[in-house]
Amino acid sequence: MADLDAFRAETRAWLEENCPPEMREPVQGEGDVYWGGRNATFKSDAQKAWFEACRDKGYTVPSWPKEYGGAGLSPAEAKVLREEMAAINARPPLSSFGIWMLGPALLHFGTEGQKKRFLTEIARGEIRWCQGYSEPGSGSDLVSLQTFGEDKGDHWTVNGQKVWTSYADKADWIFCLVRTDKANKYQGITFMLFDMATAGVSTKPILLISGNSPFCETFFDDVDVPKSYGEDIPAQVGEVNRGWDVAKYLLGHEREMISATGGGDRATSLGAVAARNGTLDPVLRSELALFDIDALSFTAMSEKFLDEIKVGKAHPAQPNMMKYAGTELNKTRHELLMAAGGSTALEWDSEETRGGARARDWLRTKANSIEGGTSEVMLGVIAKRILELPGA
Amino acid sequence: MALYHTDDQAMLAETAGQFMAEEGAIAKQLRHWRDRQCKDGFGHDLWKQMAEMGFTGLLVPEADGGLGMGNVEAGIVLEEIGRNLTPSPFLTSSVMAAGALAHASAEAKGRWLPGLIAGDSVFAVAIDEGPKHRPETIATKAEKSGNGFRLTGKKDFVVYGASADMIVVAARTSGSDSDEDGVTLFAVPKDAAGLGHNSVRLVDSSMASHLTLEGVELDGDAVIGEVDGGRSVLDKVLDAGRVGAAAEGVGVARGAMDRTVDYLKQRKQFGRMIGEFQALQHRAAHLYSEVEIARAVTIKAQQLLDGGAENASLMASVAKAKVGKTAQLAVQEGVQMHGGIGMTDEYDIGLYMKRDRALSEFMGDVYYHADRVARLSGY
Ligand SMILES: Cc1cc2nc3c(=O)[nH]c(=O)nc-3n(C[C@H](O)[C@H](O)[C@H](O)COP(=O)(O)OP(=O)(O)OC[C@H]3O[C@@H](n4cnc5c(N)ncnc54)[C@H](O)[C@@H]3O)c2cc1C
Ligand SMILES: Cc1cc2nc3c(=O)[nH]c(=O)nc-3n(C[C@H](O)[C@H](O)[C@H](O)COP(=O)(O)OP(=O)(O)OC[C@H]3O[C@@H](n4cnc5c(N)ncnc54)[C@H](O)[C@@H]3O)c2cc1C
Repeated sequence: MADLDAFRAETRAWLEENCPPEMREPVQGEGDVYWGGRNATFKSDAQKAWFEACRDKGYTVPSWPKEYGGAGLSPAEAKVLREEMAAINARPPLSSFGIWMLGPALLHFGTEGQKKRFLTEIARGEIRWCQGYSEPGSGSDLVSLQTFGEDKGDHWTVNGQKVWTSYADKADWIFCLVRTDKANKYQGITFMLFDMATAGVSTKPILLISGNSPFCETFFDDVDVPKSYGEDIPAQVGEVNRGWDVAKYLLGHEREMISATGGGDRATSLGAVAARNGTLDPVLRSELALFDIDALSFTAMSEKFLDEIKVGKAHPAQPNMMKYAGTELNKTRHELLMAAGGSTALEWDSEETRGGARARDWLRTKANSIEGGTSEVMLGVIAKRILELPGA
Repeated sequence: MALYHTDDQAMLAETAGQFMAEEGAIAKQLRHWRDRQCKDGFGHDLWKQMAEMGFTGLLVPEADGGLGMGNVEAGIVLEEIGRNLTPSPFLTSSVMAAGALAHASAEAKGRWLPGLIAGDSVFAVAIDEGPKHRPETIATKAEKSGNGFRLTGKKDFVVYGASADMIVVAARTSGSDSDEDGVTLFAVPKDAAGLGHNSVRLVDSSMASHLTLEGVELDGDAVIGEVDGGRSVLDKVLDAGRVGAAAEGVGVARGAMDRTVDYLKQRKQFGRMIGEFQALQHRAAHLYSEVEIARAVTIKAQQLLDGGAENASLMASVAKAKVGKTAQLAVQEGVQMHGGIGMTDEYDIGLYMKRDRALSEFMGDVYYHADRVARLSGY
């Protein structure tokens, strides 16, 4: 305990010194998030300074081992860091699918060579990753995917199409599910890593209802993927044809990550925020109060879930429940924010509303219960794996 | 503090779970006493057994002969009480009244606590003065009389009031009805002259009293805590009651859900187990999520209360409200998914629905606590 107290004091002092005041303001839209990558630019000096300080300290991925660019913090220390960052509203220094999704999968399934190279690049924000899972014909039924990699000895030749690839047009590399055995549904998928600059890869943005288009259709036209990037650095994670295990493991992390958008860390009351616009209608006030009750309850659930994960007490299918509940909650949050905002919240491109941020955020949240597995699919998993209801 | 039970707490949960499932079971207690139209609405033998288990004095400090445990542990017992619908004065006696007595004089403690710990006496608390919980308003008057007080007024929804050897009564010693100050708590013995009971059976077969206080004369040592300064003690009693009722509600929700999920795995229609129908699977899965969340926030509130945290009272209201919504969902879905059989008295699921209704009013319903959460959050 004394050690943790010392760590807390140390952390507090470090944050005080290294987290610029501008980085202690809530994120107000996409521009405030730093994603790293080969072509990354910083929005401000403060953003750059904050990122670099964290990178050098290993705080972009605090609990990863030091040899891969992390800080090697114990779960208890990582919790202290999270709490201290939350206390000053510190922004995440780096957002990345590498941190949330690929990293955990590599830590679990990767070779030493893959970890040394890819984890370090992720931790240092050097390579931006995208996720190539979904296809036009394979959404919820992901295992039906058709993108095919033909074995050509020292490389695969990949052909097919992905869809909904978030930030594919901005990403440097893709982690991609490719069928390598047509005869075997589950055990014929390989989890491949390759450069988006490879010949034959092209992307086409999809315009969303929010007016933004962070998603793409991604096309693979005779893309040659080498089988190895050097000694002990195979291009696939896990074994060839056994990528489904990796994909499922990664989805667990993705669901956890998306569930956190449900308000896991939010301490402020939505009702109090909404009341700043003026007096609340009594019925809206009660809806907000009921929402705050749900949100505070979900925050407790998130804390319990993380505590239980640490000691292996959580049911392995529990992330599905967190994803379901968290995303439905987040959608409600934004419905209520729109209601509380009144006509101001409708403004689509005014300066006062920072380009219609509230409306665009509201529309964006509708994807929360679709991306990473829909709410219906989550409920199905809970019913079968946790409640053990019959019928597969 | 981690949001799961420590090894000791897990052991208590196992002990309490086994005890309630065996001794406190629906057939053995709730149905047994109900079918006999028992005037108490609960079994004194079970209360005695609970004393032998150490439950009755769970929250009483060790120095006073109890186990000196906290709201987390009381919640563990209450959750099992809820799961088995065990009729018991545990919440009012061991959690709320005992919590009030912690602020009483050594004399009062000596007079009341040994009986509680031994399982010989039962206590009640009298706060409400109407059909809805409004503890901000206390109209019952306590006027100075000799070296004691004289109480006049009425109290409603005094759970197991007629069976109680002592009732903690919140009364006004000064100021006007909705003043914060001027409230005093009294330990009123059952045989006090001028104390009248009109006991009624509630929908869940428990008993509650409408109390009349017509010039009830009390000695000065009946005062719990400070004269005029009872609000702070009352608030503590209320918070403990809120998280306690929430814990019991979690048990009710879990009990109803478990029964329903079991039923989905047994009942066949259209040549299949009804649990194979996705329409029911999704609702069951949603219910599961809500119950888990309600349980998490209840444990959180218990821990905050035990730790004396600043936001403990807010979270007590959050927990009571969240559990209120969740347990209601659990019993409604429970009866519906049981189909016609869920409407029969023979099946226990309906008993869960009745208990939920009573418990949800006790110590404030969802609406009361939602309003309180809004007020405490500044809107
Ligand atoms: C904003 C956004 C970002 C995304 N980012 C990525 C990304 O980076 N990479 C990537 O690979 N994918 C990404 N996706 C794709 C996402 O994973 C899929 O949209 C998701 O898996 C659902 O598939 P679908 O859209 O084909 O819907 P469908 O599977 O066609 O589902 C349509 C409807 O039917 C329901 N349904 C389907 N099957 C069942 C069932 N068995 N039982 C009950 N209901 C069912 C669904 O719940 C849904 O309501 C993203 C999606 C969005 C919206
Ligand atoms: C008060 C009362 C009065 C009644 N009066 C009469 C009467 O006078 N005459 C008479 O003949 N009958 C009467 N009934 C019986 C009534 O018609 C049945 O209860 C009703 O048809 C439901 O059947 P069940 O109770 O067997 O439920 P089940 O069919 O066992 O259903 C259990 C649960 O499974 C669900 N379920 C079943 N199949 C599916 C499916 N395919 N998809 C999704 N969900 C499904 C149901 O909706 C229900 O929630 C009465 C019932 C009650 C409660």
